[in-house]
Order: sequence, then structure tokens, then C-alpha cells
Amino acid sequence: MADTISTKQIIKPENLVHKKSAVMTDTTMHYCPGCGHGTTHQILAEVIEELGIQENTIGITPVGCSVFMYNYLNIDMQEAAHGRAPALATAIKRLMPDKYVFTYQGDGDLAAIGTAETIHSCNRGENILIIFINNGIYGMTGGQMAPTTIVGMKSSTTPYGRDVSLMGNPLKMTDIVATLPGTYYVTRQSVHKPGNVRKMKKAIHKAFEYQKKKKGTCFIEVVSNCPSGWRMTPVESNKWMEENMLPFYPLGDFKVPEE
Amino acid sequence: MAKIKGAIVIDKEKCKGCGLCITACPTEVIALSPEVNSKGYNYATAVNMDVCTGCTNCSLVCPDGVITVYRTKI
Repeated sequence: MADTISTKQIIKPENLVHKKSAVMTDTTMHYCPGCGHGTTHQILAEVIEELGIQENTIGITPVGCSVFMYNYLNIDMQEAAHGRAPALATAIKRLMPDKYVFTYQGDGDLAAIGTAETIHSCNRGENILIIFINNGIYGMTGGQMAPTTIVGMKSSTTPYGRDVSLMGNPLKMTDIVATLPGTYYVTRQSVHKPGNVRKMKKAIHKAFEYQKKKKGTCFIEVVSNCPSGWRMTPVESNKWMEENMLPFYPLGDFKVPEE
Repeated sequence: MAKIKGAIVIDKEKCKGCGLCITACPTEVIALSPEVNSKGYNYATAVNMDVCTGCTNCSLVCPDGVITVYRTKI
């Protein structure tokens, strides 16, 4: 057998191992280069494709950078008022219990204006999946300080870094919802490295399976980057995230169901 | 002994040149092109396809899903 093979000979449909999911539309995403939103969309679409639930999934988009998510995923989606995605997901899930319902929210949406909806939905144990993208700032509006901004982190409204004596402490939503009785599976993941992307994919898989078994609220936090808001290149922002965000927001499962 | 060979195809018009695939690639196949696409980004391009193993790392971390990976045994 010949030891060399040309690239043209490899690029054949039968050798395909990974491509953009068919659940994604052809629309070019408006996200900045290197944004974690794009990667999370891709994984979510892949899981929906693998489970074969494209026709039965309803997503709730938030207000924030991911507001145009309905243009990118070829599934049924509903836009919610700012922060009210879990309330809307509750209604949709109760009216259509056989559908898979998820919300996709940023930290400004979930941890600031929508704190009440998030905590009460989790406490009631609504049978939905909440995906929470945490990049520590309000990305869409220009990088202002959010409740999740870590101590000392610079943002456009905290140019000298977040000072606890003046601005208070950052909020760890995932730790809070893990203590509530209604949640079934609570985890914190990231998507900045291939290994983390694979773990994230498993987490979404599990969450949809638990939803099928009607177990309760599943909550997945994704620690993400914001290259534009943090004023860094995508590669630098991932490195900064690893060095500064991950010690404060350690990755891992917070609540794992006993099987 | 069987050898694994991979190849990638990059949709250069949709690439935003973030460079995350370059750091994810274990065999340094990808680099940013000195040329720009119609959006003005220096798109990612495969410069050393001979050492590609088709591990899919680049494709997994790509936020815009522009990389398609092929793999075969020879």
C-alpha cells in the first residue's frame, strides 16, 4: 500500500468525521470573532441533531448578544422579554409537555434582571433546561459591570477593577441554584478548549435525557469569553479566562443525580 | 501499520480569523492567511496538511463552524 495519499483523495463524503451541524442555518453569525456563543450554538445544534429532536425542540432566546439565536438554529424559537425566558419556558413546557424546552441566557439576562424568574423556575423544578452563558460583563451594551464580574476585573464602568467595598461581591448563580430542591442536574462547563467542548456536549446530552424522563430543572453554566468587551484578542481572552475566571468559577458538576 | 491521515476544508468566506483553531491544533496544520476575505478578515488556512491527523479539535472549537474534517486510514 502506498504511504502517501493526496489531500484530494481524503476529502470524500465517506471519510467525513466532523462538519457544521445540519440544525444550524447558513446565516453567518453576527458574533465577534472568537466568541463562545458561536461554539455553544454549534454544540447545542449537534446534540439536537444526534438526538433527532429537531422537530420537537423549542428554544427561548434572551435579550443580549444571543438575541438573534433564532436566525442561526433551525428549530422553533420564541423571544422572551428581558430576563423572563424561564417564565416563558415554564408556560411552553406546561402547555406542550412532550416538547424539549430550553432557554439560552447570558449573565445580564439570567443573573441580573431575570434573577427572580431563574430562582423560582429552578425552585419549582420546572422540567426545562437552562443554558447560562457567563462572560462576566454586559457584552452587548458595551462591556459594563455585571453581577457576575469578578473582583478586580476591569469593565467599562469599573475601569480600575471591581472594588468589593463599593460594588459588592460577584454572584455565583450556579452555586445558588444547586442548593434549591427543584434542580436535578447542575453543572458548570466551558467551551474554550476541545476537551471542554466535548464535556459540554455530554452535559447537554444528559440534560435533554433527564428532561425526557421529567426529572426537573437542568442548569448548565458556560464560562465564556468576550474578546471585544474585555479588549483582548480571542486567544488572549481565552487565556485570561483560564487564569482569572476559572479559579473563581471552578468547572465541574454541582448537583449530579443519584442513579 | 495502518496510518491515520486527515484533511480539513475551511470555508474562507465565513471565517472570522479568530485564530482559536490554530491554538487547538496539536500538529500546527493551520495558520492565518496574509490575504483577507471579502469581510476583511485574515482567514485561517491549512499550511501543512501533510501532518493533519483529522482529530477534529479545530472544528470543535470553531465558533463559526467553518471547518469540515475528513479522516482516513492508509
